[in-house]
Amino acid sequence: MSWSSLLSLIVNGVVVGSVYSMVALGFVVIYKTTRVINFAQGELLLVGAYVCFALTVSYQLPFWVSFLMTGVFCGTLGYIIERVVLRRVVGDPIVSVIMITLGLSIVLRAIVGAVFGVNSQVIPSPIPDGAIMVGGVPVSYQYLFSMAFSLVAMIAFGAFFRWTRLGLAMRATATDQQAAMAMGIDVGRIFAVSWAIACVVSAVGGVLLATISGVNLGVSHFGLKVFPAVILGGLDSIVGAAVGGVLIGVIENVADGMFKSLLDIDGFRDVAAFALLVVVLMVRPYGLFGQRAIERI
Amino acid sequence: MSSGEFIVRHEQALRLFPTKWGRVRIAVAVALVLAFPIFANSYQLGLANLIFINIVAVLGLNVITGFTGQISIGHGAFLGVGAYASAYLVSVVGVPFLLAVPAAGLVAAVVGSFFGIPSVRLKGLYLAIATLAAQFILEFVFKGWTSVTGGTSGMSAGAPHIFGYEIHGDLPFYWILLAAAALALLFVRNLTRTATGRALMAVRDHDLAAEIMGISLFRTKVLAFAIGSFLAGVAGALWGHYVGYVTPEQFGLGLSISLLVMVIVGGLGSVLGSVLGAIFVTLIPEALTTGATMLVPDASRLTDMLAFLREGLFGALIIVTLIVEPAGLAARWERIKMYWSLYPFAR
Repeated sequence: MSWSSLLSLIVNGVVVGSVYSMVALGFVVIYKTTRVINFAQGELLLVGAYVCFALTVSYQLPFWVSFLMTGVFCGTLGYIIERVVLRRVVGDPIVSVIMITLGLSIVLRAIVGAVFGVNSQVIPSPIPDGAIMVGGVPVSYQYLFSMAFSLVAMIAFGAFFRWTRLGLAMRATATDQQAAMAMGIDVGRIFAVSWAIACVVSAVGGVLLATISGVNLGVSHFGLKVFPAVILGGLDSIVGAAVGGVLIGVIENVADGMFKSLLDIDGFRDVAAFALLVVVLMVRPYGLFGQRAIERI
Repeated sequence: MSSGEFIVRHEQALRLFPTKWGRVRIAVAVALVLAFPIFANSYQLGLANLIFINIVAVLGLNVITGFTGQISIGHGAFLGVGAYASAYLVSVVGVPFLLAVPAAGLVAAVVGSFFGIPSVRLKGLYLAIATLAAQFILEFVFKGWTSVTGGTSGMSAGAPHIFGYEIHGDLPFYWILLAAAALALLFVRNLTRTATGRALMAVRDHDLAAEIMGISLFRTKVLAFAIGSFLAGVAGALWGHYVGYVTPEQFGLGLSISLLVMVIVGGLGSVLGSVLGAIFVTLIPEALTTGATMLVPDASRLTDMLAFLREGLFGALIIVTLIVEPAGLAARWERIKMYWSLYPFAR
């Protein structure tokens, strides 16, 4: 395999990985504050992408306006989902909560499918065509934009958690719910806000993906790729989610390319991340950036 | 119903079905199932066959998730292992059908216990994700190991023969699948009364306490995965032979999810719940289709929409059931029984 094809695999991997990072960030926010394992994360991405698509293409709104409206819509959706569904199963066994989110994912996918159909849709991008050369490989402005945008979004969320009052309340809830309650934090509201945030970041990931390669219903498998990403990065770490997402994107892309060119086996992409996941779980279950407080038996 | 019956001797407490009315209910159910083929058409027989297969698979998952408390999101792939193993044994090696099915169960048990080994070190979310990885890795093997599995196009399951007679069609399979489901039910029901079964439940209720009482966690958890995936393998093998063809798509994540739904909607750790869950979840999509076609006169124009509607209602049903009845249908059944046994005085 030549150097340039390897490099282009890596660049593609970073772009896909930045979408993984956004979805993983949403997953970690929900897991940290509410201890809910959200299997519907990929469907939240799907909803965001399709809402933005509808606003830009069907209603002819400028990209940035519809992007903002998508954010608001998905935030509200997340808030409602927490209030209506997840609030009722607080304290239920972990299997039941997992099944609730799986049910949610089925419902969301069915709604998106029924409203928007099964065809692949591409959001017209605000970024002009063109590319710069990196080490002899063309990298389009589009790719640069989506990488830069997800980096900015990550930093913005990091700053939000670090310096704002609400971010502090969320970190307090994640550390110790009872102590947070005793300090006067409305934990119920924090739960709803974390779902809203998770929906917004997933929607951002969805929109970025839709401008690059388009979306169809199959894109919801991004929600499952989140698990290798967050386990690799460390389940309770925001930085870990970001780094894990990008790493998984690169690793699966390169592994897929290797298998295709060297062994002529197709479809290794989907399994590479999970094979790596098993290794990580065995060797270093707390991931790269997570706390070492994994309960061992 | 069961009131006025007192257990005064040890042997009574040890019975498989302790109360008289319990035995009567079992007898009625057996009679109904035996008489069913007389008045059922082939579509209904097909549904019943599907339910029997699901009962066997769900019982297996219930041993892992319900009795031992280990989440498995890879159960559908274990069915696939059984289906491929049996199809290979029958159609390529030429092993008799009646031997190939348990052998396929054993193959699935070996694979399942291998993927169950992480459960010794991992709990909760981590285990759920490890079994999810098992699902994807096994699916990849089904698609990639072309010389054995036929790749994405699948393989023929081979014609099953019993004592020289070819088994073909819904009715002969009805009896075979009924027998398999009955055996699996008796097996799991008995398992709950043995030391092994109690060890499984002790691990679920408090693993540390169980270990202090001398139960080996490693042995017990791997055993649970072995038993559970043995039943899954048998179910998969029977399904493969019933359908006649085995493809990777049958054993995707969707199957794992719907098996989990059956276990949870039925009731975790309940044998009756496994049966109720399998019946309920198998029949719901059919009921939704019939209901939708009755509501929409011109269904042919709306087939796409209808599929999504069915899927969405199925998901909504999972959510509603879990919110309204978190302990499952089996718990609801217990409550109905309680209501009638106390009849005029209950609430």
